[in-house]
Amino acid sequence: MELLSGGDMIARALEDEGVEFIFGYPGGAVLHIYDSLFQNCKVPHILVRHEQAATHAADGYARATGKPGVVLVTSGPGATNAVTGIATAYMDSIPMVVLSGQVATHLIGEDAFQETDMVGISRPIVKHSFMVKKAEDIPETIKKAFYLASTGRPGPVVVDLPKDITNPVDKFEYRYPKSVKMRSYTPATRGHSGQIKKAVQLLLEAKRPVIYTGGGVVQGNASGVLTELAHELNYPVTNTLMGLGAFPGDDRQFLGMLGMHGFYEANNAMHHSDVILAVGARFDDRVTNTPSKFCPGAKIIHIDIDPASISKTIQADVPIVGPVDSVLAEMLSLVRDARKADKSLPDAKALDIWWKQIDEWRDTHGLWTKPRYDTSSDLIKPQEVIDTLSRLTNGEAFVTSDVGQHQMYAAQYYRFKHPRRWINSGGLGTMGFGLPSAMGVKLAYPDSDVVCVTGEGSIQMNIQELSTCTQYNIPVKILNLYNGYLGMVKQWQDMQYEGRYAESTYENSLPDFCKLAEAYGHVGVRVDKKADLEGALKEVLAMKDRLVFMDIHVDPHEHVYPMLVAPNGSMRDMWLSKTERT
Amino acid sequence: MRRIISVLLENEPGALSRVVGLFSQRGYNIETLNVAPTEDDTLSRLTLTTVGDDHKIEQITKHLNRLVDVVKLVDLSEGAHIERELMLVKVRATGAQRAEIKRCTDIFRGQIVDVGPTVYTIQITGASDKLDSFLEAVGDAAILEVVRSGVSGIARGEKVLSL
Ligand SMILES: Cc1cc2nc3c(=O)[nH]c(=O)nc-3n(C[C@H](O)[C@H](O)[C@H](O)COP(=O)(O)OP(=O)(O)OC[C@H]3O[C@@H](n4cnc5c(N)ncnc54)[C@H](O)[C@@H]3O)c2cc1C
Ligand SMILES: Cc1ncc(C[n+]2csc(CCOP(=O)(O)OP(=O)(O)O)c2C)c(N)n1
Ligand SMILES: [Mg+2]
Repeated sequence: MELLSGGDMIARALEDEGVEFIFGYPGGAVLHIYDSLFQNCKVPHILVRHEQAATHAADGYARATGKPGVVLVTSGPGATNAVTGIATAYMDSIPMVVLSGQVATHLIGEDAFQETDMVGISRPIVKHSFMVKKAEDIPETIKKAFYLASTGRPGPVVVDLPKDITNPVDKFEYRYPKSVKMRSYTPATRGHSGQIKKAVQLLLEAKRPVIYTGGGVVQGNASGVLTELAHELNYPVTNTLMGLGAFPGDDRQFLGMLGMHGFYEANNAMHHSDVILAVGARFDDRVTNTPSKFCPGAKIIHIDIDPASISKTIQADVPIVGPVDSVLAEMLSLVRDARKADKSLPDAKALDIWWKQIDEWRDTHGLWTKPRYDTSSDLIKPQEVIDTLSRLTNGEAFVTSDVGQHQMYAAQYYRFKHPRRWINSGGLGTMGFGLPSAMGVKLAYPDSDVVCVTGEGSIQMNIQELSTCTQYNIPVKILNLYNGYLGMVKQWQDMQYEGRYAESTYENSLPDFCKLAEAYGHVGVRVDKKADLEGALKEVLAMKDRLVFMDIHVDPHEHVYPMLVAPNGSMRDMWLSKTERT
Repeated sequence: MRRIISVLLENEPGALSRVVGLFSQRGYNIETLNVAPTEDDTLSRLTLTTVGDDHKIEQITKHLNRLVDVVKLVDLSEGAHIERELMLVKVRATGAQRAEIKRCTDIFRGQIVDVGPTVYTIQITGASDKLDSFLEAVGDAAILEVVRSGVSGIARGEKVLSL
């Protein structure tokens, strides 16, 4: 058997695990590891400009590919800088392995230079964590980390590595395990057949059904079988912010996103439904509005791999614990059998009435049946930018976003045709996510269009990554929906604080973003005339091998609608414009 | 309702902090907590008591189960079980009080485990409410110090919590 140092074992384990990129930043505690990577590792390392960006880039890579993203940071400030990105991945259940350096074992607990208790700090925001105390344990621990991160309900795993165990002098036998088992960790591999039968029966008896799906369908690679089941039944489908793309955006049965900024037809269909099939979605407060007023007439079937997601905020009538792909496949085959035996299932007449109702909702206030923003305005409307982008890229680009109004416009107006193309921070809502996550996506798919939709507030939270893009030639397209405000904050201040803009403006302090991009060696394109928008966007998309920063000056006073009325509203209570309410 | 949850936990550094952290992070309360090794040195057994309605208890057990270091758990209050807590109490014992306290200790089947000129140290075991009653019987005025182990428990009959 081969003898390797701790540092070399880490490098080798990452190779053996099939890792494609390491996103990281060096420092004292990880210097042995970096030397091993330098000498003996085929996995390319991407040097970011801030550790938060390393986690977001790994996260973007993971969301786009389904494989765990890998991060390497040093102890102390390197580790704490990574915390926001770990929390972001945790909230959205994204597989990630974070290797953090730690001071040498004999110094732990002594307030040594750059010591922080990383296992302690990250505890509430990881699926699991390890502190490796002996070099011999490195291969098995790394295997376990990847296994935990990517199975069951995915999530980030931290592996804390004291410096002394990675030293180049001490060598140990290296063998990378093919698989690991952990007696205390047994994620469900299929759903309970009895429950699945019950669910199918309920589903087939429905008169006003709706299928509500979330990030779990994307993560669980179940969009194919979901689409088949929905088509088999001709039931309407709505997606959460995290679930967009799991059902084709151009399908007639698609109602758009639901929830706080969800579509009128989606929120109404939920509210008036009699059966909800919830798949890999966690009844988030941005979706349900007031829980006691949530969908009063609905029976709820809830499929989730994590029992803790079921009946957490909304009681399920038929809970099913299991992976979405196998449960949906089982349901589909039962549905087909049932329909063969009884051709009258489901109730076609009821369904017809239901669809008529839904189409009426669509026609009156749907965002896709006609523009609901002011098309006669001289100003560029942010919605129009996304509408145009969606059309020009045929709903097939990878779109990452930051957090704010621009994120909601992207979610509402980009018609995603495929899963894993919409990359955004939903659970934590992390400004600064957009650009670094786009880097991770573009590295994974160099031949695809990768567009980062952002705002002038968010982009400045990780704008230093323009330099990383220069170093590794990562030609993403940045669409900065420049409204001159922390727009989402301003919207709330308009609606709830009589327009008092407490710290949501920048007092003429913003840089010339085009010049800034050019300073990094990229292309800057400014658009402030509506007539120029489409042409400019086409030109930018055609510059395949350049990073282009498109600074698009949009109407500063636009609001995102619909918006659920809160507090005390139900899902059908919405603001539809600044003056109109349901 | 009060529940007694018993957990088999990997005997790993940090495992206990994950359990305790979960409770504070999610706003659940722990009334008592008791942890010690078992006959299998890779496992510790942790017993905690908490209060909450069925919904909250269900969330607590689900979240505990989700912790990778938790191997198995049982809500002992769901079935017949034996519950014990150990208490050491130091009381002021002078003059006539000495006999009174001795009598009270006997009634509760406790033992006086240390004797001083003005104090007794008493050991009592039993269910938590028995311990409470003893403290009430002795009275606040006499009590100098109280140490309780927290509840530990085991199911009655054949049922066992093991791998
Ligand atoms: C400014 C802002 C506005 C927002 N507005 C909205 C809004 O209008 N509408 C909206 O929907 N969201 C909105 N969000 C996002 C919201 O905060 C939540 O992140 C989101 O609703 C959660 O999506 P989800 O229910 O799909 O759950 P996710 O967080 O994606 O969770 C996935 C669920 O699937 C399960 N799962 C994972 N893998 C599998 C598998 N293989 N098999 C089975 N189950 C699996 C997990 O256990 C989990 O329960 C907004 C966020 C921001 C920042
Ligand atoms: C790190 C972080 N800090 C604060 C917030 C709160 N927040 C949510 S949206 C928003 C404004 C975003 O402004 P901008 O990026 O310009 O986007 P816009 O809403 O204008 O489109 C803020 C401050 C957040 N989500 N993340
Ligand atoms: Mg803005």
